Amino acid sequence: AAHLSSGRVNLTALREAGRRELREFLDKCAGSKAIVWDEYLTGPFGLIAQYSLLKEHEVEKMFTLKPGRLPQADVKNIIFFVRPKLELMDIITDNVLREDRGRSPQRDFHILFVPRRSLLCEQWLKEQGVLGSFIHREQYSLDLIPFDGDLLSMESESAFKECYLESDQTSLYHAAKGLMTLQALYGTIPQIFGKGECARHVANMMIRMKREFPGSQNSIFPVFDTLLLLDRNVDLLTPLATQLTYEGLIDEIYGIQNTYVKLPPEKFAPKKQGEGGKDLPTEPKKLQLNSAEELYAEIRDKNFNAVGSVLSKKAKIISAAFEERHHAKTVGEIKQFVSQLPHMQAARSSLANHTSIAELIKDITTSEDFFDNLTVEQEFMSGIDTDKVNNYIEDCIAQKHPLIKILRLVCLQSVCNSGLKQKVLDHYKREILQTYGYEHLLTLNNLEKAGLLKPQTSGRNNYPTIRKTLRLWMDDVNEQNPNDISYVYSGYAPLSVRLAQLLARPGWRSIEEVLKMLPGPHFEERQQLPTGLQKKRQHGENRVTLVFFLGGVTYAEIAALRFLSQMEDGGTEYVIATTKLINGTSWIKSLMEKLEPAPF
Amino acid sequence: MSRARADEEEYWHSSKFRAFTFDDEDDELSQLKESKRAVNSLRDIVDDDDDDLERVSWSGEPVGSISWSIKETASSSTSSLEGRDSSLQKGSSSYAAFPKQVSSYSLSSLFKGRNKLPSCQSLSDALSDTGVKNYAPELRRPKAEYKDYSSDWSPKDTVRRMQRGKACSLERFRSLQDKLVLLDEAVAGHDGNVITAVLIFLKRTLRREILFRELEVRQVALCHLIHFLKETGEQKLLLDLLRFLDRTEEVALSQYREHLNIQDVEKRREFLKSCIGLPFSAEDTSHIQDHYTLLERQIIIEANDRHLETAGQSEIFRKYPRKASILNMPLVTTLFYSCFYHYTEAEGTFSSPTNLKKTFKIPDKQYVLTALAARAKLRAWDDVDALFTTKNWLGYTKKKAPIGFHRVVEILQRNNAPVQVLQEYVRLVEDVETRLNLATKYKCHDVVIETYRDLKDRIQLTAYKCKVERGSAEEEKINSILNN
Repeated sequence: AAHLSSGRVNLTALREAGRRELREFLDKCAGSKAIVWDEYLTGPFGLIAQYSLLKEHEVEKMFTLKPGRLPQADVKNIIFFVRPKLELMDIITDNVLREDRGRSPQRDFHILFVPRRSLLCEQWLKEQGVLGSFIHREQYSLDLIPFDGDLLSMESESAFKECYLESDQTSLYHAAKGLMTLQALYGTIPQIFGKGECARHVANMMIRMKREFPGSQNSIFPVFDTLLLLDRNVDLLTPLATQLTYEGLIDEIYGIQNTYVKLPPEKFAPKKQGEGGKDLPTEPKKLQLNSAEELYAEIRDKNFNAVGSVLSKKAKIISAAFEERHHAKTVGEIKQFVSQLPHMQAARSSLANHTSIAELIKDITTSEDFFDNLTVEQEFMSGIDTDKVNNYIEDCIAQKHPLIKILRLVCLQSVCNSGLKQKVLDHYKREILQTYGYEHLLTLNNLEKAGLLKPQTSGRNNYPTIRKTLRLWMDDVNEQNPNDISYVYSGYAPLSVRLAQLLARPGWRSIEEVLKMLPGPHFEERQQLPTGLQKKRQHGENRVTLVFFLGGVTYAEIAALRFLSQMEDGGTEYVIATTKLINGTSWIKSLMEKLEPAPF
Repeated sequence: MSRARADEEEYWHSSKFRAFTFDDEDDELSQLKESKRAVNSLRDIVDDDDDDLERVSWSGEPVGSISWSIKETASSSTSSLEGRDSSLQKGSSSYAAFPKQVSSYSLSSLFKGRNKLPSCQSLSDALSDTGVKNYAPELRRPKAEYKDYSSDWSPKDTVRRMQRGKACSLERFRSLQDKLVLLDEAVAGHDGNVITAVLIFLKRTLRREILFRELEVRQVALCHLIHFLKETGEQKLLLDLLRFLDRTEEVALSQYREHLNIQDVEKRREFLKSCIGLPFSAEDTSHIQDHYTLLERQIIIEANDRHLETAGQSEIFRKYPRKASILNMPLVTTLFYSCFYHYTEAEGTFSSPTNLKKTFKIPDKQYVLTALAARAKLRAWDDVDALFTTKNWLGYTKKKAPIGFHRVVEILQRNNAPVQVLQEYVRLVEDVETRLNLATKYKCHDVVIETYRDLKDRIQLTAYKCKVERGSAEEEKINSILNN
C-alpha cells in the first residue's frame, strides 16, 4: 500500500486505523471463524486488508452470502459481514434458520454491520425470531476508504438517490463521521467552504459533533488547510458528459470497481512461442489500477488523445534499455543489467497491458457512434439547439440503443437548457415509454424529482450565463499539453472543479451572481485552532484543500483537480473525497427504478 | 432542409467544435502499433514469467485478496470434504507472510476521547461501561446487560446513546410531548438510523392520525418514514400516509409501481385497469391507459398465436417459430411482432399493425421504421416497396420515406438485402454526396456510375473503373459513357 503515502497527505494512517479496528473485532470472537460476505463489501474491504490479515486472526473459511444452508465448515464462529439492508437480513435469517441444531459443537453467529449498525435491521431480525441467535452484533465504521494517495471514497452506491430523491440524510451523517475521523488523524481543518443543501448539513453536523465530543479536540498539527464541501446537484451536468481522460474512458467503457477493472481477455492472451494461442482465456482479465503502477500514474489523467504518444515513447525507452545487454561486456556490466531486469520486466508488462487497453478503447472512440454521441454532447454543452427535439437522440431511440444512453443525453440536454420545453419533454417521454416499456414512467419520475429531467418552469435559461461566467466551454483546448482543466472533456471544463479553482483564486466573492443561480446556499465556516497549532506558512508552500463531493465524483473531475494540483503557480494541492466514484451510466442506473422483482 | 444543411456545413467548418478524433489518425494508430510491436519483441528477450513479480491468478485477483480467498476457501470446502482441514493449514504457503502491523489508532477510540481528556467525559459516557455489548432498544437483553440500563435518560442523551449504538429503552417516553421531543432530537442528529428507530417506536405507540399529523410538520422525519415504509413494503400504510398528505400523484405512482410485483398477467391487467383512475398528471394518465390497453391486446394476441403455433397450420409460425411470448413487451416491440406475423391482417383485428398504429397513435416515422425492419427481416421486398409508394390523385406513383432514404438503406443493409434491392433505395437518396458514399460502401455500381455521369465527372468515373470487375457489364457501361 505504498501508493497511499505517496501524496501530500499520508493516507496509510487511515488504512492502519481501519485494519486495527478489524483485528479488534475479529479477536472478540474467540476461536476459529468463517466469514460470510455480503459480496458488495469484498471490494472495499480488499482496499483495507488482505486475506492474510484475516487468517492471522483465525479466519479459516470465507463464503458469499446467499440463501439456503450455510456450507459445512468446522469452525467455532460464523460471522456475517453485511451492509444494513433488509434484503440481506432475509438471507441471513434463512441461513440461521436452516442451521442444523443437532450438530455439535454448535457454531456461534455474529454480525458485523458495515458501515453502521441498523436498528431497523435488528428489528427486522427480531421479527423473524433470529435476533437472539447472534452473540456479537457490531459495526465497522468503514466510512472513508483510501483508494489512492489523494483519493478517498465511501463507496456508498445509493448516497445520491437517498439524499436527493428520498431526503434521507444518513449517508451525510456517515460523511460527517468520516470527516471527524480524518480530523482526528490529520488535525482540525481550520476553514470550511461549501455549496449546496447537503454541504450545509454536513458542515452543521461536523460543528455539532465537535461540540459534543470534546475529546476529538486534538493536538495534531493540521495537514489540511481547507475543506470544500460540494453537492452533486450543484453540478448535475458534469457526470452526464462522456469522460475523455484515459482513466475516465476505462471507467465509462468497462467500469472500474474498487480500483479493479475487468477487461475482455482476447487482447491479453499470453503469446509464448511454442505454446501458441491454443486455449484462449475466456475469463475476463482483471487489473488493478492505481498510482502504485508508475506508467498508469503518468497517463491516467491525460486526455486519451495524448496517451498514444506517451506509450510509444515508453516503448522506445524500454527497448533501448533491453538493447543495453548487447553492450554489456564485463561481468560488472552484466550484473548491473541483470539487477535491473525485474524493474524492466515490470515496466514491460505494464506497458503491454496499457497498450492493449488503449487499443480496446481506441476501437470504441473511433467508432461512428461514439463520434456522433460526443458531437451531440458537445453541442448541448456549448449551448446549441438545446431547446428542440434532437435528431440523433430520436434515431438512437428508434434503433433501441441502451436506455441509459438515451437518458444520459436527454438529461444532459435538459440540464444545459435549465429544463426542457414542455412539448419537447413530453415528446421524449412518449418515445421512451413506447420503445422501452411504460413501466419506465417510474424512472422518468425519479429523474424529474432529482432535477435531472424537468420542464423549464421559469421560462428562463440560466445555463448560458453560468457557462460564460465560469468559462465552462473553451474553444481552444490543448489535449496534448493542457493549460486548462477543460482538456478532460475536450472543451468542457467541469463546473464543480471550476468552483474549486475559483475558490482558491480569486475567491468566490467574484462569482456571487452565478453562485446564486446554482442550487443551495454557499457558506464559509472557521474552526478555531489552539494557538500552538496555527500554521505559519513557508514561502512558496502549497495549501492543501480537501474537496468532498457529496453524491459522487467522476474520474475526469479527479483528473482536473490533479491537474490543478500540479500547476506550477497553482498554490493549492487537492485531496479528493466522495460518497461514491461514479460515471454517468452508474449514476443514472442508481436512480432507475428496479424493475426486476427481488429474487426472494 | 437546405438551410439546415448550410448550418451543418458551417458548423463542421467552424473550428469551434472539437469532435473527438485523433488529430493525425495514422500517426496515432502507428504509435500504438509501435508500442505493441516493441512489447511483443521484448517477449523474446524476457522470460514471460511474471509470477515472481506479483502473484496474480489469471483472473487478475492478486493471490491473497479477499475475493480470491472466498473462491479458494469455498472451493476447498466443497470439493474435498474429508481433506478440507488439512488443505486449510497447507493453504498458507502460497501467501507471503504478512507483517503484523502495529498501530496506535483505532477508529472507535478516536471519538471516545477518554485517553486524552478524561474530565470531558459526558454523563452518558461515564455511565456506560466499557466492554459491554451493545443492544438495540426493545430487544430482549441478556441478564448481563441490565446494568447498562437506566430509566432517566433525557431525550438528548437517549439519541446520543443510540447514535453510538448503545442500548436505550424508549418505552419510558409515554406522553405525546415526550415522544415528539425525542423525535425532534433524533432529527437534529441527522442520523437516519436513529430517526428510523424512533419512528418505529412512534408508529407502534401512536394513533395513526396523530402520527400523520405530527409528521406533516416535520418534513425530514416524514421523508424517513416514507422511505422506511417503501423499504419494508408496508404499502397500505404508505398509501394512507400519502393520501393524508394530499400527495396524490405520489400515491398514484406508488400504487402503479405495485404492478411490477404481480406475475400473473390476468391479475396484472386487472391491476393496471384499476390504476387508470388514479390521480396522475394528465400526461401520465394517458401513458397508464396505454399500458393497460397494450397488455390487454398482448393477452389476446398471445392466446391466439400460441394456438396457431401449436396447431402447426400457419406457415409463418412454422417457418419462424416464436422465440418468446409477446406478453409485457414494449409497444414498439409489439408493433414489430405484429408487422412480422400479422402484416396483412385487416385493420379490424387486434393484432394488425394498422390497428396498433391507430390505437396508440404511433407516429408515422416510428411505424415505418418498425414495419421496414420487420418486412426486411422476412425479405419481403414487395412489402418494403409498398411501404414507400404513394399514389397521388392522378394515379401517379411516387416514392416517399418519412425517415429519409439513407436510413432505409441502412436498415435494409443490416438485413442483408441483395444489391438489386439496395440500389433501388440508394438511388432515391437525395443528397448527392450521401448517395455516392452509400453506393460506394455497398457496391451499388450502377448508382455510382450514373451519379458520376450526371455530375459529368470524368475523372472520378475513370477512377471508379478499377473498382468494378474486368469485363463486367459495369465496366462496359463506364466505357460507353466515357466514349460519348
